[in-house]
Amino acid sequence: MLFTSYEFILFLLIVFILYYCIPKRFQWWLLLAASYIFYFTSGAGNLFYILFTTISTYYFVRRIQKSKDAQADWLKEHKQALSREERKAYKEKCKKKQWGLLLLTLILNIGMLAVVKYTNFVIHNINGILEMTGSGSRLSFWDIALPLGISFYVFQTMGYAIDVYQGKYRAEENFFKLALFVSFFPQLIQGPISRFDHLAKSLYEPHSFNGKTVAFGLQRILWGFFKKLVIADRLVVAVNTIIGDTASYRGIWVFVGMMFYALELYADFTGGIDITIGVAQTMGITVTENFIRPYFSKNIKEYWNRWHITMGSWFTDYIFYPISVCQPMLKLSKASRKRLGEQVGKRVTIYLSCFVVWFATGIWHGASWNFIVWGLANCVVILITQELEPFYRWFHKRFSVDGTFGFKLFQVVRTILLMSALRTFDCYRDVPLTFRMFGTMFTDFNWGELFSGALLGLGLTAWDYMVIVIGFFLLLGVSLVQRSGSVREKIAAKPYAMRFVLWFGLFLLVLLWGTYGIGYDASQFIYNQF
Amino acid sequence: MNRNRKRTAAAVLISVVIIVLALYFLQRLLMPKYMTDVVEGAMVAEYYDEEKDHDVIFIGDCELYENISPVTLWEEYGINSYIRGSAQQLIWQSYYLMEETFTYEKPDVVVFNVLSMKYDEPQKETYNRMTLDGMKWSRSKIADIQASMTEEENFLEYVFPILRYHSRWNELTWDDIKYFWKRDKVTHNGYYMRLDVLPAENVPEGKVLADYKFGENAYYYLDKMVKLCEDNGVELVLVKAPSLYPYWYDEWDEQMVDYAREHNLKYYNFLKVTDEIGLDFNMDTYDAGLHLNLSGAQKLSSYFGKILAEECGLKSRRGEAALEQSWKEKCQDYEEEIERQQKGWE
Repeated sequence: MLFTSYEFILFLLIVFILYYCIPKRFQWWLLLAASYIFYFTSGAGNLFYILFTTISTYYFVRRIQKSKDAQADWLKEHKQALSREERKAYKEKCKKKQWGLLLLTLILNIGMLAVVKYTNFVIHNINGILEMTGSGSRLSFWDIALPLGISFYVFQTMGYAIDVYQGKYRAEENFFKLALFVSFFPQLIQGPISRFDHLAKSLYEPHSFNGKTVAFGLQRILWGFFKKLVIADRLVVAVNTIIGDTASYRGIWVFVGMMFYALELYADFTGGIDITIGVAQTMGITVTENFIRPYFSKNIKEYWNRWHITMGSWFTDYIFYPISVCQPMLKLSKASRKRLGEQVGKRVTIYLSCFVVWFATGIWHGASWNFIVWGLANCVVILITQELEPFYRWFHKRFSVDGTFGFKLFQVVRTILLMSALRTFDCYRDVPLTFRMFGTMFTDFNWGELFSGALLGLGLTAWDYMVIVIGFFLLLGVSLVQRSGSVREKIAAKPYAMRFVLWFGLFLLVLLWGTYGIGYDASQFIYNQF
Repeated sequence: MNRNRKRTAAAVLISVVIIVLALYFLQRLLMPKYMTDVVEGAMVAEYYDEEKDHDVIFIGDCELYENISPVTLWEEYGINSYIRGSAQQLIWQSYYLMEETFTYEKPDVVVFNVLSMKYDEPQKETYNRMTLDGMKWSRSKIADIQASMTEEENFLEYVFPILRYHSRWNELTWDDIKYFWKRDKVTHNGYYMRLDVLPAENVPEGKVLADYKFGENAYYYLDKMVKLCEDNGVELVLVKAPSLYPYWYDEWDEQMVDYAREHNLKYYNFLKVTDEIGLDFNMDTYDAGLHLNLSGAQKLSSYFGKILAEECGLKSRRGEAALEQSWKEKCQDYEEEIERQQKGWE
């Protein structure tokens, strides 16, 4: 059920009405039922995977919690009788058991994700090797469809398991409540990857109807629809034309495709998240923000702190930090400092951890080499930026450019270009082809084609371009206003007539300019496929 | 407090009224008017303006609304008839139009053109729209939509056509303003007149088909038509218009002959009597044999009118003052249209 489909709007309407009509204590039960119905519509078979994750996580995490409780009780009971060493030894023993349970949870769930998502990728690579070695035999591909949203809910649930293991909060005792956390329908298929301690309270607690909250939620949904239907789904036509005909669209067209894709992806993903957050908000539930105007970032590191925030923080908290402080890494750090010196040695482990995180980020996005190379390319750019930090500082000081509007604008444009360039791997989905096409930007000087009317050959009319330009400036304007606080709050402070004109105007723009219905291909959200 | 509540309620009420009106006007503006070029979409709605006491209702596709002239039937036989047809009108659409028609009137005879028997599944959204948008809301329309929708269509877009036509905002023309409230008549009792001539010189032969049997769905609706007519005491007459293309196979014709015999229906395949009718496909068609022009339609109507009068027992209604007056005006419009088209040529 696509967020922008009539079916979803109808589904939402029914859930919304029921939500505020039933006794409050049953509200979360309704959400659970709605979430499973929603997921069921993506394919009955998909329920197996989400149930597997829910049941296995519930069982093992509860056992971790029980072990922790038993450990605490035993230590309390025998506090006086035990020596420090004995207590330490007991803790170690318990920790080992808990670690074993966590490891089992992670292996089962990440293993399931790996099997359904990466088996064919592995087979593809093995076949490639077999071909290179001249072997005639080939492995057959596994005929399996990737369950919708599996990367999101597995990561969210594993985050919960690790947090309980680390003692950040207690395990959820109610199986059905955990099932709701795993499957909450607005964020099930494209995130954000919520943390249990952030989401759970507002998910389970009763909510009374609050006009302002509901209105804000609806406004956020409307804004998401605008981004997705008016901008993203219009641009996708041109992007697909460019990347679908690599013989014709070279040179400047690669650049055009790259920039169009940057805008499309932003409008698509943030639009989807706006709908997610808005839907949750209409029911009084607060979902973590996933974007903070990422295209206003002045460098790539800042960009990644503002783009898909929940994914970035997940990798930082559950991969980067654990890897950085694990025993083998500490040993490596010590050894490299000794052999290579303090300055170079300390970088070895940081680089290695970064490499692992970005490799994981890449492969999380998709089971193909283009995503892996894209992830590693991000890693390289971030590390280079880090290494050049002293030079940047000197440069800013020497030329007194820091803080000036012109230089900030330059930094922002540079970051956008850099990120967009890296995303060409995502566009062409083939590493050698991406390099070739990227190279044509510097070898095929066909700028003139832009002004020969060829832009109208990309599947968009002059009207479409007009809508895109207006949409772009609207996005830009809203982002600029957002810097000083919530746009909805600001609009809410205006007189009623003005509010009405603004929101009804936006509704009409979506209604008239939206790419939905006959004649348009309803595009799946890009991040749904991850 | 009370005053504040009243103000809020008034603001909400005014907002709702503005929203409803704005959406209504937008929808009216954006819906195609079918007044120039493609006029077929305006045909179905014209019926509702008619005085509904017809002797014969023709139901079918372009092979009826371009090939039969009710004016000729009136002038030569005093038969009061109307054509409820639209472009590529599928058999279930004809059935539901028939069902709807019977809620307004019970004609003596319903004539159904059997070409649409060849379609067993929904075809094109564009044609669906031309038939369905013009229908007034009724149970028949709802069932018609459900039977007609292609996979890409959505029922909601029929309920709120703005969802379907929202993208016409950049195609709006002066016609959309001009015909915002009113519509011109595009037919003469359902007949779409064309005077121009394009001889049928190279009529393609029908391709060999893997299976000539009409589909189950087509038979299902034909059976329903037979039953509906029986229940309403209306005689159902099946015809195959003398259009040279789309090709009408002998195998198809045999099935219709058998069906008519089994159900005791009259079936006339006019393709077999083109000489008797006097059709000259060098002069009587405007699109190389697909449809007849005015000359051809008048010849066919003259021929068929005799059958309706003699074999179906339809009596001339000339002499009914109100009807005479109504047809006098219609005939005048008809002549004016002929004159207009002739002038257009010149």
